[in-house]
Parts: sequence; structure tokens; C-alpha cells
Amino acid sequence: MPYEPVLLARVGTPNPASVEAYRADGGYAVFERVLAEVKPLEVVTRVKDSGLRGRGGAGFPTGLKWTFLPKDHPGPIYMCINADESEPCTYNNRILMEKDPHQVLEGIMLSCFAVKSECAYFYLRYEYGDAYRTLLAAVNECYAAGLLGKNIRNSGFNLDIVLHRGAGAYICGEETGLIESLEGKRAWPRIKPPFPAIEGAFRKPTIVNNVETMACVTQIMRHGIDWFKSFGIAPDPKNPRDAGSYGPKLYTIAGHVNEPRCVELPMGVTIRDLVEKHGGGVWKGRKAKAINPGGLSMGFADVNAPLKGEDGKTEYDIPLDFNGPGKIGCLGLGTAAITVIDDQTSMVDVLHNVCQFFSHESCGQCTPCREGTGWMLKITDRLRRGQGRREDLDILIDVSDRMGIMPGTTICGLADGAGWPVKTAIRKFRAEFEAAIKDGTRSRHAKSLDLVGAH
Amino acid sequence: MPTVFVNDKPVEIGTRKLNCVQAAELAGTEVPHYCWHPELSVVASCRMCLVEVGELKDGKVTMQPKVVPGCQTPVKDGTVIVTGDYAKRDQNVAPLSYDANYKPADRAKKSQADTLEGLLINHPLDCPVCDKAGECKLQDYSYQFGRSESRMIDVKNTPANKPGLSSKITLFTDRCILCTRCVRFTREISGTAELLVVGRGHHEEIDVFPGRPLENKLSGNVVDLCPVGALGSKDFLYTQRVWYLKTTDNVCSGCSTGCSVHTDTNKDIVYRLRARPNPDAQGHFICDEGRWGYHFTNSPDRFTKPLTKTDGKFSHTPYAEMFPKLKADIVAAVKADAASVVVVLSPFLTVEEAFQWATAAKSWDKGVRLALGPVPMVGVDDSYPKDVKGNPVAPAKFVIRAEKCPNRLGVEMVLQHFQGSVTPFAGIGATTAVVFVGGYPEPVTAEALTGVVLPDLLVVQDLFTSPLAKAAKYLLPGTSNFEKDGTFLNHAGYAQTFARAANPPKEVRSELQVACDLAGKRGLAQASAVRKDLAKTFPALAALAEPKAAAKGAARLELQTV
Repeated sequence: MPYEPVLLARVGTPNPASVEAYRADGGYAVFERVLAEVKPLEVVTRVKDSGLRGRGGAGFPTGLKWTFLPKDHPGPIYMCINADESEPCTYNNRILMEKDPHQVLEGIMLSCFAVKSECAYFYLRYEYGDAYRTLLAAVNECYAAGLLGKNIRNSGFNLDIVLHRGAGAYICGEETGLIESLEGKRAWPRIKPPFPAIEGAFRKPTIVNNVETMACVTQIMRHGIDWFKSFGIAPDPKNPRDAGSYGPKLYTIAGHVNEPRCVELPMGVTIRDLVEKHGGGVWKGRKAKAINPGGLSMGFADVNAPLKGEDGKTEYDIPLDFNGPGKIGCLGLGTAAITVIDDQTSMVDVLHNVCQFFSHESCGQCTPCREGTGWMLKITDRLRRGQGRREDLDILIDVSDRMGIMPGTTICGLADGAGWPVKTAIRKFRAEFEAAIKDGTRSRHAKSLDLVGAH
Repeated sequence: MPTVFVNDKPVEIGTRKLNCVQAAELAGTEVPHYCWHPELSVVASCRMCLVEVGELKDGKVTMQPKVVPGCQTPVKDGTVIVTGDYAKRDQNVAPLSYDANYKPADRAKKSQADTLEGLLINHPLDCPVCDKAGECKLQDYSYQFGRSESRMIDVKNTPANKPGLSSKITLFTDRCILCTRCVRFTREISGTAELLVVGRGHHEEIDVFPGRPLENKLSGNVVDLCPVGALGSKDFLYTQRVWYLKTTDNVCSGCSTGCSVHTDTNKDIVYRLRARPNPDAQGHFICDEGRWGYHFTNSPDRFTKPLTKTDGKFSHTPYAEMFPKLKADIVAAVKADAASVVVVLSPFLTVEEAFQWATAAKSWDKGVRLALGPVPMVGVDDSYPKDVKGNPVAPAKFVIRAEKCPNRLGVEMVLQHFQGSVTPFAGIGATTAVVFVGGYPEPVTAEALTGVVLPDLLVVQDLFTSPLAKAAKYLLPGTSNFEKDGTFLNHAGYAQTFARAANPPKEVRSELQVACDLAGKRGLAQASAVRKDLAKTFPALAALAEPKAAAKGAARLELQTV
């Protein structure tokens, strides 16, 4: 039975961004009912019990995050919506914001009600002009309809949603980087602790949530916990720390496929299904070589590498839930944006592109990341020009292994994300890299992309 | 008592809130660091202070699985710190019971080496022409942790230098390791916020806003703060290699804050002043006025010879010739009317010199009067940090005082002791003889002399020519504060004893020596001997008697009441 989309249900309907159409589809009824009948703590409990995990990349349980706020805080408590969707090949938030903004806004209202926040900052990346205009119109509509502002529906609950456009930096998607940027500073991630839930924006308790998470909150409050838990994958009983991967998820398919698009599926779909069924297969009749399971920073899956202990299955068959990519050495599910790389593409070029991105986007605060990403770019650039040495591969692995919050050498996770694609690519495709070094041929694309200067 | 274990060595931290770097320092272990500074906010970005931490519970140590930045990690009772220097630990201390699989310091040492390799990737190898060479943290730690050969074969980033950063300071952009100490200094201490980081990733640079150069009265501190040779003082640039310099602990004479400084000299020429951290005096910083205000001591315009005026013209007279005549003149004046003889003691004198001069004057006759020399005042106290509009923000982190002399309180204390009150220079009234003991780094102005009728018998000991010096009969060359040892009392009555950094010019006798000579005390004047007398006379200075503190030149004494 094909899956019936819920988060994307209204995409493609006539005039989906207007408040009237949203209300006609049953929108804001839940919010109004919650305002009238439900206590904030019950909303927190319900989201917690649903097993919803943050959709932004790290997969932290949303309800649990909310409970980290100090009890009986006099306020203000801030809610930040992370719409700085900068992970390459990721555009699921954009679809939600452009095509169904009210679903997101209702989720924000419910979440703010739950955490007793009266001000939500919607941090939107600058490049999303359409999303900004759609959201602005939607927020204005909500104010006009009395869904935002003071004393909403006579409940005594006040809420303002402020749209804030970023200035185009990947690091602003890191939650404390986002907060710093929101405060008008350079987006250098903060050292933790204190975590934002204790001291965040303007030194007040702050919750930072992803756009898709907000949409999920709307659907959980509308359809209930059982509905949400009917999708996805239950926790691994052997791993007590596994919180499970419940609910629907927006997957975006990009790269060398016939039909790049965003699809909504229950958690745990395999890469093979996504590419072959939903993405229309690899383009030009070619075969896939490598797949990025969830945004560049998650690393690469080798389509042809067999899975241990599972006969006939390869890394192509791993399920995309919060645990799946980790089993094949990737960092995690990330943004669930898969990028397909076909068998005619040189991994050297791919890796150079990756390094270029991260060296450009490293905020430059911590030494290992600032210098490491720059060094990796210089090495991959040399590899691409056919001047690689065999030891370069070991240096790349060494450098990428030692930076990040996992070894403890950086403040934020950008360095982990910058290192992961490098080490997975070299470990999984070492033969190709070695052949390229031995061969010494210059990449066809070696001139097309220049080394970036200061941003 | 809360105890922290640093490389197995227990150290008691008391009630203090410390981080791992500070706790290790207490235990005598240095944790290398660049970005951390006790006076600045913690950013934990250089990643040089990575250590391994764990907890000691029931005799067993549980270590955290990853390295942590020591500057950002607070310690509490039972914290175990393992630094990269574990191999050099005190072998007499019994090791803690670590997990059998745990190899202490493996990760910390490797992480520090990795960080260092990263820092050196884009750092030029121009130590031979870099002013910082010899006192550079990057050099030191490279020697300690780094590899002898670079694995990086690609072209280094070579951003352009920025000599226009400030009129006083230049930036060698490529040497910068982005510790952002300078940026945080201008934001947190001076409050003027001129500096910022531009660019991203490995193309990051320190810069100023266009048309807003780094010009504030504390700007020179960024040079002290810079752990590498990126920020250079134009004043010191290319004048000396630091290993030729002799460093003496000294006290700045620029204002009554009395900042502790390091004076760097070579062959009796002062080349540089640096802040000497002293929480009791001024903290970690000094102002630019003090930092670059030492040039007077090297000035060719200084008096270097004793002069006697005959027929309106000064001529060189050796001390042996001059002193009998000078003394006879004074004795005659004292005999005629002791109360019309005045000895003026400037607030630039040390307590020892003032005491010796007062003793000398009173030895001529009890009736000889003492007065305080002109106290230079410029503007009002200037407190930092400033806000956007330039108004001071409380709490003050640094104050440049309006009283531009180091020891008014000390000299007043001496005057009080000898005659019960302090007579200002302007109030000396009618005189037949005046002995003016100066040492003013700026010539005494005509303004300071208004209302004062100078007698014919005027003895002046000072550094520079002035209307006062021109009126003198006997003109003796004086010494600057770098050329004597002694004690200053700052605005808060805090006494600091310091050592001599340089010898005065050949024919200059110090104020202390002249006082002894004129009092008939024979032999070489010793400030330390006078200090013992001082300690006996003034209970508040009793601690000065301890020769060790005085010899080190860093006696730190708190005066309760002065």
C-alpha cells in the first residue's frame, strides 16, 4: 500500500499558503483547542511520548530538549526556528515553508505554548526569498486572524513570531551559531555548557528547533501519539540509548537521478528504494557508485560494498532511520537528503567539491577545523590536478579523524561533518584514489572551480 | 579541603573557582595555551590547552573518553587532570589507579601536537626576521610538541600585512594564529572595539573597520597579549633581538596608578616596557603613555654633568670641586636663618630618596623646611572600559590617573613624618636658599613656578632644562626611575619596591647619593640600607626590611593607612 503523505498532504492543493485554505483543511483547530483545554505540560508530555526526534540533523528527542528548560523560569523564554537550511542537497524545509507555511506556524504556536515562550524567532537563510515572502504573508495573516499577538483567543497566551533573515553562512545552522547571529554577532558557535535551554538567545533560556520538527508537532497534536508511532522503526532493544525512529520523514533526492524531488515516507526506507522507486533511478542509464545518505557531512555509502552478515545486501540497502547510516560508518541520518553519485564521476572531484564547501564554511574559530579544512582543500586540489602523493591519503584521514566534537577538539559539529565525507570517501574508495594518484591525470573539472578567497 | 590531581600530584584548590589550566599551574605544571587569558573571556578556540580529565571516586579514576579544553573545564574536588606533560610528572608521587587500558596523556599529547601542526600550516617560517623570536609561544610549543618537519607541501596562505592598523602597532597578518586575544581586549578591557575578525575559515584575518584604526590609550597591550609575532609595536620593531635584553622588574612612573612593568634594557639603554601582571597594582595591562613613555631616559637632552653657574654661565664642575663650595653655601644660609632654607622633594623621588634627603636637611638644622615639589596633573582620571559613546563603564578595569607622578603619597608620608605637615612648592614663601630635588621626566614648567620667588642660592637636581634649572646656581644631573632602586607608593598607598634596570650616565650621582654626600655620610649610598631605616620608622612599611623581597625588586606590600 503506498504511503499517504501527511506533512506534504497540502502541497499541490489550490492556494495552500493562505490561512483560509489551511483552516478549511482543519488547520489551527488543534491550536485553538489546545489553548482552551490543554495545559502546556501536557503538550510537552505528548510530544515527548510520541518519540519525535529533531529533524534538523542530530536527531535529539524534541520533548526531552524542552524539559531541559529551567522550571518556573520568570521568562522570557525564546523559541528559535532553525530554517538556515544550508546542508548541500537539502531542501525539505524549503518545501514546507513555501508550500504549507501554516502547518509550520501552527507547530511553532503549539511548541511555544508548550514551553511557555512568548516570542519565536524564525531564522531563515537569506537565499530563501520565496519562503521569506510566503512566511511573511502567512504570519501577517495570522496576526490579522488573531492567531498571533496578545491574549490569543482570550486564553491569556501571547505570542509573536519574528522572521529573521540570515546572511548566508552554513555555520548559522548550528544552534548556538544561530543564536549568536540572531543577536547580531559573528556566528561563532558558543562553548557548551551552558546549553541554550539554560542560557541561549540574549542570555535567556532558548529552544532551537527545526522547521520540519515544527510541522511534525502539528501533526502529532492533530493525529495523536499512536498515529505517529505507527510509522518508523522501534528502538533497538539491544541498545538502551536508542530512542527509536518514529514518524514520517521528508527525504530529498538529489544528484545523478532522473527525478530529483522531495518525498515523504515513513522512517526507515532504504536508499535503494529511494533512488530506484522514488527518484526514478540513476540518470542516463548509469549505475550509482556512492550515495550521501543525509547531507554532505554524513559521509558516503559505497553502493557496491556488501553488508556484513547480510547475504546479497550492500550499503545500498541500509535503512534511512536515525541508526541506519551509522552502521556503515556514516555520521548519521543528518537531514535525510540523499545525493547520488553515478559511476562515471570521479570521487576525487567529489571530494574536492566537499572540501571546498567546508573550508569555505568553517567559521574559523577552532584551530583544528579552521586549518584542517583549508589543508584538506589544498590537498584535494592537488590530487585533482594530478599531483597527489600516496601519503596524502593518509594525511587526509589523519586530519579528518582528529577534528570534531567527537575527539573533543572543536566547539561545534561542523568539523565532524567536514571530516566525515573525507574519511569515508577515502576509506571506501581508496583504490580509486590510489589509481588516480598513480595515473597522475588531471581532472576534467580542475579549472572550473577556483579556490575560494575570503568570504 | 577540595583536592585536584594534576598528573597524579594532589593540589589543594581551596574555595577558588579554577579551570584546569589554573589548577595545573598551582601544581607547577604548565598547560600550553594561546587564547586563554585570565583577564579575558574564555573562548576555548585555540585548542592548545587540551587535557584529559576524569574523576577520582572511591580510589578509582574514571576518565572522560575525549580530550577537553582545559581553559573551559572547571575543576572540583576529586577532578583528575592528565596533561600532555604526564611523562615529566613528579616521580615521587604515587600514580593514581587508572583503568588498565588507559594510557595517560596519549590523547592529550597527540591532540596538542595536532593543534600545533594545524597552527603551523599557514604560519610563515620567518622566525629569523620576526621580533617575537625568542619569546614566542608558538616557537616554544613547537619545540615541545611539534614535529621537526612539516607534512604540508602546498602553498601557504600569504595575506598582506597591515601596517596601517594603527599608528603605533603593525600587524603581520600571516603570522596570526587567530587566538582573538587582541579582539577580546579591545572589546572587554578598553571597550573601544576597534579590532575584529574578517573572513572565514583559513582566510580569516584580524582587521579594523575602514577608517577606524586601532587608536586608544591602551592599544599597546595587544602587543603584549599576542602570543606570536603578529602584532608588533612599531616603537620596538627591529631594534633589538629579545635574547640580548635584560629584563628588570620595575614600576612605571607615568601616573599614580604605579603599574608594575618589565623593563627590557641592553647596555643601559631602555628598549621596551611590558606589563607585569600584578593584581594588587593595576592588573595585567599598562597604558600606552607608560609603555612608550620611557624615551625620556634615553634622551640626549638630559643633563649628564654637574654644572656651576658663574657670571650667568654654566660650566662643568666635578663633584669633588663643587660639593665643598655647595655645602659651605648651604651651611652659611642655614646659619643665617634656617627657616629660610627649603628642600623641595619632587613626587618622582622614591621613598628612600625622600627619606634620605629629609634626614640630610634636618641634619643641617632642625629648622630647615621641607616642601613637596610640583605635582603634575593632566585632565581627569581616565577609566576603562568605555562604552560606544566613550563614557566609562563600571566596574573599571583600568584607570589612567590624572596625577602624573608615581610617588606623591610616599613623599608626603616622609614630609609628614619630619615636619607634621606638607608644604606645597607654591607655598614656600620667602627663602634664602632652595634645594630642588626633581627627577621630572617632563621639564618643570614656568606655570609651576608662579608665585615662587627663587633665591640666588638655588640648587637643582633634575633631568631636563627648564626655567627652574636655568635659575639654578648649582645644577646637578638627576636619575630616571629606571636608574635607581627604591620604593613607590601608588595612589592607593600600595608600596612597590623595584630594582635598577639601567645605570645612569657616567657622571650622574643618584639623588640618594647626593643626599648622603651633603649629609656628610661617607661611602656608597645603598637604597636597601635606607629601606631598613624606613621599615623601622614607618610601621606600614615594616615588611620592606625583609632583604629578600627588596632584592627581588618585587616586594608587594599593602599599606593600611597612609
